Amino acid sequence: MTLLGSGIFKGMAVTFRNFVGSYFHRERLPTNDYSWRTEGSLPQHAGDYPKEEGEQLRDTTTVTNYSRNFPMLLHDGSEPMDTIRCVACQICERSCPPQCIYIEKSTEKKEDSSGKMQFYPATFDIDVSVCMSCQICVEVCPFDAIVMNSQFELSTPNRFGGLLLHQGDLLKSNDYYHKIHPEEAAARDKRIADEKTAKEAKKKAAAEAAKKKAEAKAGAETEAGDEKKEVAE
Amino acid sequence: MSSPTATAPNYELIQQDGLETSLLEVSMGPHHPSTHGVFRMDVKLDGETVVDLQPVFGYLHRNHEKLAENMSYLASMPFTDRLDYFNSMTNNWAYALAAEKLVEIEVPERAEYLRVIMAELTRLVNHISLVGFFINDLGALGTPLLYAFREREKIMDLFEQASGARMMCNYFRFGGLRNDVPEGWLDRTREVVDRFPDFLDEYEKLLCENEIILSRTQGVGCLSRDLAISAGITGPMLRASGVNYDIRKVDQYGIYNRFKFRVPYTDDDVGDCYDRFMIRMLEMRESIEILKQALRDIPGGDIIGKAPKIFKPKPAEAYARVEGPKGELGFYLIADGTPKPYRYRVRPPSLINLTVLRDMCLSQKIADAVVILGSIDIVLGEVDR
Repeated sequence: MTLLGSGIFKGMAVTFRNFVGSYFHRERLPTNDYSWRTEGSLPQHAGDYPKEEGEQLRDTTTVTNYSRNFPMLLHDGSEPMDTIRCVACQICERSCPPQCIYIEKSTEKKEDSSGKMQFYPATFDIDVSVCMSCQICVEVCPFDAIVMNSQFELSTPNRFGGLLLHQGDLLKSNDYYHKIHPEEAAARDKRIADEKTAKEAKKKAAAEAAKKKAEAKAGAETEAGDEKKEVAE
Repeated sequence: MSSPTATAPNYELIQQDGLETSLLEVSMGPHHPSTHGVFRMDVKLDGETVVDLQPVFGYLHRNHEKLAENMSYLASMPFTDRLDYFNSMTNNWAYALAAEKLVEIEVPERAEYLRVIMAELTRLVNHISLVGFFINDLGALGTPLLYAFREREKIMDLFEQASGARMMCNYFRFGGLRNDVPEGWLDRTREVVDRFPDFLDEYEKLLCENEIILSRTQGVGCLSRDLAISAGITGPMLRASGVNYDIRKVDQYGIYNRFKFRVPYTDDDVGDCYDRFMIRMLEMRESIEILKQALRDIPGGDIIGKAPKIFKPKPAEAYARVEGPKGELGFYLIADGTPKPYRYRVRPPSLINLTVLRDMCLSQKIADAVVILGSIDIVLGEVDR
């Protein structure tokens, strides 16, 4: 038989230990727990808040490769509209679960960064007040043109048009992508390069095969021609 | 609506001379801090005693099932996060299992292990915050809930590092997972899992012997074994009523047959609020055991199996269920050969567990009705869908 009230006192001892301990151990603080991080990496003052676009909050390890809030469009060179990767195929528009993407395809083709003639989006809007950051558009894109941004300062005084991001707001360079998601961007670039070399190798192999076939055919024809000649003789 | 005769068994309103007595009808909710969301209880009271109670829900209806029937299979995956927003990982798993049954995709070993790890971490998150909210409903404002949230945040950080989001993870894919976990993630998880039992010890010391909690929860909101079975109750609530039933053991979906763990359940027929509270405390210990085994054995390798590029199953139907932290979460899909499901149905544990609320609350005090509702563990996102 235990004393009535001993359970309450036991609980209060726990509360007291947490209260006093919170002054010595960060992990006892219920508000801000970065317990597994090393002591030196904790923010000491508000000056650590990012000032440049694309700079990450230095105090969080949670802003990682996979952090995501809203999509952005990638371009390769210095002129955003000339090197845009998007070819306005509209797969993302169709797959978007909350239907927040609006694309208008261009009427004429123009050269992309590799010199190939491609369509481009005349309009590309994302309503970020509807977007739910699910990343499905990134997964379905066959051209690696759309990826997730981790820019979080998007508040605007204009509640009607302010949250409708247009092509100009969405276009970001591949370098910016490397800055915010280094590992993911490197993996993506590697995959694109691998696919490109594989494609070229395949093309080369196909061309060689075609050449061989043509040669064989030509050879066969000449042989057949010789035979015919012989028969005629 | 309820008829006035549908009141507590053997209930009689005592008429006193010179006083006009009648029942008091109170509408608790839809915006009430104790109802865990937009949920309403129409309570009829005699003094403080509940003589009738009708749960009213549907305020958070978002047309989840019909939405899913009008979009591709993959596109409803992020919507499953929003069913029970505490447990997005297990919701994802149940849906992925159903879709994998339709087309029979093989899931790689590493993905299976990561799925188990994610699901058990989710169970920790759910149970620890449920206990916090439950004690909050008892009137202990703040302290236990904040301790619970402090620990929950560590696991939320792990989810964010793996999937990019704390709560709306959207991490599972048909045939595996969306991406591999980042470098060092498994070590960080091991650290969190190793330290979790210390917190549980402390938490048990704080709560389990507290006389106020004992007197507020023991003998309150009893649910008999027969009623629990016939009402289709699942999850910790069923086990608190004395039924040894856990889908991880019954179905052994995924790779749960490889892990050694026990299923806590009561051996009496009481099933009161304290039982439901304790079952969750004990289940967390078992989840830690599973996590330790999974983190020890996890192999390397691929993260996603050979899923078809365009998900277009042949006409078939499939039902898959998992032991979610709240109970049996099932997805029923009918495919008709198009890229959209013909029928998409969710079996939500919260909704079905909520159906016995009236039976548990009758002839209890009004303050206990709040405690009983807290012990059911509902999330309105899942009740209303």
